[in-house]
Amino acid sequence: MKAAAEPARVESQSAITEQIARIAADYQGKDEPQPLLDYPPYRSSRLRHPRSPLVCVDPDEVERWAPCFGSRDVDPVDADLTAGHPGGPIGERIIVTGRVLDATGKPVAGQLVEIWQANAAGRYHHQLDQHPAPLDPNFTGVGRCLTEPDGTYRFLTIRPGPYPWRNHQNAWRPAHIHFSVFGTAFTQRLVTQMYFPGDPLFGLDPIYQSIVDPVARQRLIASYDHDVTQPEYATGYRWDIVVAGSRQIWTEPNADDG
Amino acid sequence: MAELACTPGQTVGPYLHLGLPYAGDNQLVGDAHAGAIRLHGAVYDGAGDAVPDALVEISQPGPDGRLVRRDGSLQRKEAAFTGWGRCATDAAGQYSFRTLTPGAPAGGPAFFAIVVFARGLLNRLFTRAYLPGSDLEADRLLSALDTSRRQTLICVAENGGYRFDIHLQGANETVFLAYRGDVG
Repeated sequence: MKAAAEPARVESQSAITEQIARIAADYQGKDEPQPLLDYPPYRSSRLRHPRSPLVCVDPDEVERWAPCFGSRDVDPVDADLTAGHPGGPIGERIIVTGRVLDATGKPVAGQLVEIWQANAAGRYHHQLDQHPAPLDPNFTGVGRCLTEPDGTYRFLTIRPGPYPWRNHQNAWRPAHIHFSVFGTAFTQRLVTQMYFPGDPLFGLDPIYQSIVDPVARQRLIASYDHDVTQPEYATGYRWDIVVAGSRQIWTEPNADDG
Repeated sequence: MAELACTPGQTVGPYLHLGLPYAGDNQLVGDAHAGAIRLHGAVYDGAGDAVPDALVEISQPGPDGRLVRRDGSLQRKEAAFTGWGRCATDAAGQYSFRTLTPGAPAGGPAFFAIVVFARGLLNRLFTRAYLPGSDLEADRLLSALDTSRRQTLICVAENGGYRFDIHLQGANETVFLAYRGDVG
């Protein structure tokens, strides 16, 4: 009789949930507003986080500047993810807007915001995504825009679906949109994910829960905003982004240069 | 003034290639540009395996040590050198930039400012790739590190450019940075 093959060790959701709870208890009350890089419930992080502490350094001049993008870099139609195909995408059309600010509340103006996301069925237009959900020939899921003088960005897209992944048995990611954001300094570079209010998968997801401070992780959840919603067209979500490293420790001698 | 709480980071995930790379992203100058060099390397995990789903961005001054404030990084064909570039790692974990040698800024040695993203990495990591041979002893960051750690921040000179490998974890783990003055 053939012996059953040794099954790959795949953890259950309950085992992952228990790890999430244990780590959260260890960090209760501690000031930890960013994700833990060493977060074993997210299996892929185990060999991909530094073990030594970060080394503190005064930013040099090149680190006190951000790259500069302009109107020749970004076409305004790039902010409409529902355009550019023969037909409209399937799904719930949404407007996602907000402001990019530094920690003093100053707008980050004229700066690049990039997004990418799954389609309404939870499938990415990416060769590595093997989730057996339909691709949408009318949706790629990539957008970019420049912020306005008051820091406002705005995208028209469709609401992405949740999708399964292989972190553990029956693992599902809450629906999200990936955001890539620049501030006014290299030190403010941020890539993150925006989530939707009330998602039932929040408590089960080790990527979201890697931010162990419950107040901090709620900063990744957009708000439904009826003032953003457009009649007969699209529902609206608002999400402001605050970049770090905001103290103005160096001022530009010639603000008009370039 | 009260400070706003910063937005937490999250991993770029496995589908970063959908949103971030673009044509010419790693070509800060054309191959024929006078003084063009190659900055390249690999990203490794704690087991020493290459990371095929990482992304590296660089910021640097021009050869004269001065920063360039110029748009056009997303439309290289029209653009002059902007001092900024992006490169996703390939299946072998390799990244490569065509760029210019950064000049030394006032008061310090020359380096590329680097930020690394990857699937499995929950927030970006900053580091520096210093040019070898320049006056590194006086640098405040390097002089505060022991020799083996310091070596992780120094490029290897090669014919036609520099190599800078990035180890996210392990015996050769790269020194990663937090910037003083950050509030997040």
